[in-house]
Amino acid sequence: MALAKRIIPCLDIKDGQTVKGTNFVNLRHAGDPVELGKAYSMQGADELVYLDITASHEGRKTFTELVQRVAAEISIPFTVGGGINELADVDRLLHAGADKVSINSAALRRPELIDEIAKHFGSQVCVVAIDAKETSEGWFCYLNGGRIPTERNLFDWAREVCSRGAGEILFTSMNHDGVKNGYANEALARLSEELTIPVIASGGAGSMQHFRDTFLYGKSDAALAASVFHFGEIAIPELKAYLKAEGIQVRI
Amino acid sequence: MEVAIVKYNAGNIYSVVHAMKRLGVTPTVTDDPEMLLRADKILFPGQGEAKSTMAYLRERHLDELIRQLKQPVLGICIGQQLMCRHSEEGDVDCLGIFDVDVLKFRPSRHEDKVPHMGWNTLSHTEGDLFKGFGTDEFVYFVHSYYVPLSSVTCATTDYIVPFSAALHQGNFYATQFHPEKSGSVGERILQNFLDL
Repeated sequence: MALAKRIIPCLDIKDGQTVKGTNFVNLRHAGDPVELGKAYSMQGADELVYLDITASHEGRKTFTELVQRVAAEISIPFTVGGGINELADVDRLLHAGADKVSINSAALRRPELIDEIAKHFGSQVCVVAIDAKETSEGWFCYLNGGRIPTERNLFDWAREVCSRGAGEILFTSMNHDGVKNGYANEALARLSEELTIPVIASGGAGSMQHFRDTFLYGKSDAALAASVFHFGEIAIPELKAYLKAEGIQVRI
Repeated sequence: MEVAIVKYNAGNIYSVVHAMKRLGVTPTVTDDPEMLLRADKILFPGQGEAKSTMAYLRERHLDELIRQLKQPVLGICIGQQLMCRHSEEGDVDCLGIFDVDVLKFRPSRHEDKVPHMGWNTLSHTEGDLFKGFGTDEFVYFVHSYYVPLSSVTCATTDYIVPFSAALHQGNFYATQFHPEKSGSVGERILQNFLDL
């Protein structure tokens, strides 16, 4: 037996509620975050990601309280992200009970944050999320949830992130996100081959085959999805049974 | 039943507190020798680095105390590693409860990533901790160092090499994986420990 490929539902949180954007806009409500997380855990989700998309100070406080509730009630690992800019934010969220933190724009703006998190809390808590878009010039990283383009090449940045001590990379292809036509497997396979840390595929899940393909062809260690789970289009027990039948090691 | 959790400078101790509460037990997190000696069960969990955690335990004489405990003790993750003889992480002598050394994973293939992070299966499970277990039950791991197979191994997992997923000797138990993060399987292990 080998390490299982992980299935990770992602819950976007605004003002204590789960939301999911399509192509980063058009938010729709999808349930209470703790209840939803518990339901996913019972169904066989391997980890959960809670992403805080609130901008306000008050929202941050609500989110920290939510993290405490999740830690108290859910018995599988979970990652939190959104609005983490400095070590104090990481400390607050880990202290509230999160197992890992996911940083994105803050790492692009100040890459030393990765070194600091790895040094203070260990690489295993540091997930670096990368939003990137493929253009005719190649893959480029974006800031602020895909709103601000940068000159950073995806693969260069991923290598730097890895060498600075990140524990995992969560790669979202903006070309694929919300389209439900499969993950960016070519870029994912390249990331997986070039890096020595696990890669989580994000953006593009629309069918059970897409999960199989990202594990087989994208060489992903884990696959993250939101709307297909929240709206019941794919049920995790069926997805896992399917993946197992396809010869992929999953936890059942 | 009084359950105490050893308070020291390792991270993520509170996830074990929550796991205990889900099983209906409210544990005390303490470094007070009297409370630790008096408790019915002791948990020694956490994530951290061997050298700094060992230095902290020595400074507060918790190393002596843990070795003397007579009630069931469960080490988790870095707790397990600290209960061994020596760790390659920081080249430090540990508590020496289990007569085996902690080694660093040395992957030979690119796809064997370190840390070993995620869900993997247990095999050759033996003893009370794994009462009622079937084959290939999954538990959650996060670690870069491991305990090789030895006479005190009571569960094994294969990643890069077959290693000790759990250890048992006398009143001392330990798991490399995180039962507090291993869903219902982990809850069964913790319940089995409470039932000892």
